[in-house]
Amino acid sequence: MKEFGGKALFLDRSDINTDEIIPAKYLTENTKMALQPFILEDLKLGGFDPRRDIEGKGAIITRANFGCGSSREHAVWVFEVNDINVVIAESFARIFRQNMYNCGMLAIELPKKDIENLFNLGDAVEISVDLAGCELTAKGEKSVTLPFKLNEFDKKLVEAGGWLAYADKNY
Amino acid sequence: MGKTIAEKIFSAHLRDTPTPENVILDIDVVMCHEITTPIAITDLEARGMDRVFDTTKIKAVIDHVTPSKDSKTAIQGKILRDWARRHKIHDFFDIGANGVCHALFPEKGFVRPGYTVIMGDSHTCTHGAFGAFAAGVGTTDLEVGILKGVCSFRTPETMKFTITGTLQDGVSAKDVILFIIKELTVNGATDKIMEFVGPVVESMSMEARMTLCNMAIEAGATCGICLPDRVTAKYLWPFIKDQYESIDLAVEDFVKWHSDPDATYAQELTIDVSKLVPQVTFGYKPDEVKSVTEMEGTPVDQIYIGSCTNGRIEDLRSAARILKGKKIAANVRGILSPATPKVYSQALEEGIIAIFMEAGFCVTNPTCGACLGMSNGVLAEGEICASTTNRNFNGRMGKGGIVHLMSPLTAAATAVKGHITDPRKLL
Repeated sequence: MKEFGGKALFLDRSDINTDEIIPAKYLTENTKMALQPFILEDLKLGGFDPRRDIEGKGAIITRANFGCGSSREHAVWVFEVNDINVVIAESFARIFRQNMYNCGMLAIELPKKDIENLFNLGDAVEISVDLAGCELTAKGEKSVTLPFKLNEFDKKLVEAGGWLAYADKNY
Repeated sequence: MGKTIAEKIFSAHLRDTPTPENVILDIDVVMCHEITTPIAITDLEARGMDRVFDTTKIKAVIDHVTPSKDSKTAIQGKILRDWARRHKIHDFFDIGANGVCHALFPEKGFVRPGYTVIMGDSHTCTHGAFGAFAAGVGTTDLEVGILKGVCSFRTPETMKFTITGTLQDGVSAKDVILFIIKELTVNGATDKIMEFVGPVVESMSMEARMTLCNMAIEAGATCGICLPDRVTAKYLWPFIKDQYESIDLAVEDFVKWHSDPDATYAQELTIDVSKLVPQVTFGYKPDEVKSVTEMEGTPVDQIYIGSCTNGRIEDLRSAARILKGKKIAANVRGILSPATPKVYSQALEEGIIAIFMEAGFCVTNPTCGACLGMSNGVLAEGEICASTTNRNFNGRMGKGGIVHLMSPLTAAATAVKGHITDPRKLL
């Protein structure tokens, strides 16, 4: 089973949209890997510098309505090719969330207070996810373990490695 | 228990129910364009699965950057073109016949009441105007759609918007939807379907209904949807005349899709639009909306009229009402992109193109182009665009550029005055 998690990147804002995650002008790339340098290039967030802050991160912790806007799966692939395979948010836009599961990646929704707790763990936080047990552990200044809910179907997609593999087997 | 239109469509297309919360639907139309489809095509090829489930149910167009602007966009077009030829996809639209997907495909009669539609494009929700369930999806969903003709969704919940009153002259469907998004916020309808009903919607043309449904995604909705009626039947008549003996019978048949009176809704809202004034966005989110009065006088550099939201003939006609016999202000540049070749030629015939050109607008070919900062009107850092499109995200029309969303009427008035202007003053 694939490992989910890693060092956390905190994006302290709601409504981060797909154009901020990967601007449309890069959608002319025909490989996922070519997207790698452009991650979060247009993110409007004070103090954030993608060239400095992405390196070595494996998980994103953010606020509400993450990934709103366009249907571009490039917004998921750009995380994938930067070795980020889990996004933890208060809520997601539907298409982005589905794209994550469809690629076998994890979009985890947590209540606002849990997200707040994660933001209070300091800057250096390591996330690890127990997919079978639907629990995530965040190790920062202290360590917290939080349960999360995952729709059974979405879980199957993640376990199958994505929607194409699942659909090919079942339909 | 009664059903909503969306629930009826879901029931009629149900392939599987993997959990009580999830459904797998059979898809009637899989739409493809050259930005999100090529990676699906190359992935299917790499997996040795280069097949399509039904060539008649796949529609494809090169629309986002056309004609191609560089080698990369040329390759994207080529991948889609080669694939369409290889699989003998009849409904493929290339240069000369291509236009913005959500304006072109409705014109071709591809979407009918009760259909399920997916496309790798978030504004697919536009097609809900025909009483269809139409949703934007990512490339993997598109890939499975192409291969298997199915797509997964969560069981839908619907929010019902009853729109009452009478729109003032100078106020349009764009103003109605901007106002609704402001009230709902950008995630107020996430995972929901927005059903638009009531006398104002009933009196709207298909073009106006498409504008309404187009921006449902900006409130997070899966789909916007209108109940199919006589307006729908008349629009579709050239394509359905072999199927029904008369328009009356088509209208009668469409009623089967209408939401039942005892259907259950997640929320029901009634909006009286009689006092609604033109709406304009500020900031970087489509729910940051103010009345034109509050925005009046805001300077702009560029006016853009076009896109899947407002590039249809009715939109061009309404802008031309204001532009006729006038010049755009010296401090601004105007760009018109008719959404399809049919819109373009109709506008030529009606003298609308001449009005735009005499006013000082540049007229481009049909393409998505500037709306998403790809081509044909990309903004420079710090420049401001008054735009009839659907997104004012940071950098959307060009890095560092600012976008104010508005109706074609407001955009035309703004072009004439050189700053954001209430169109009602110029009518």
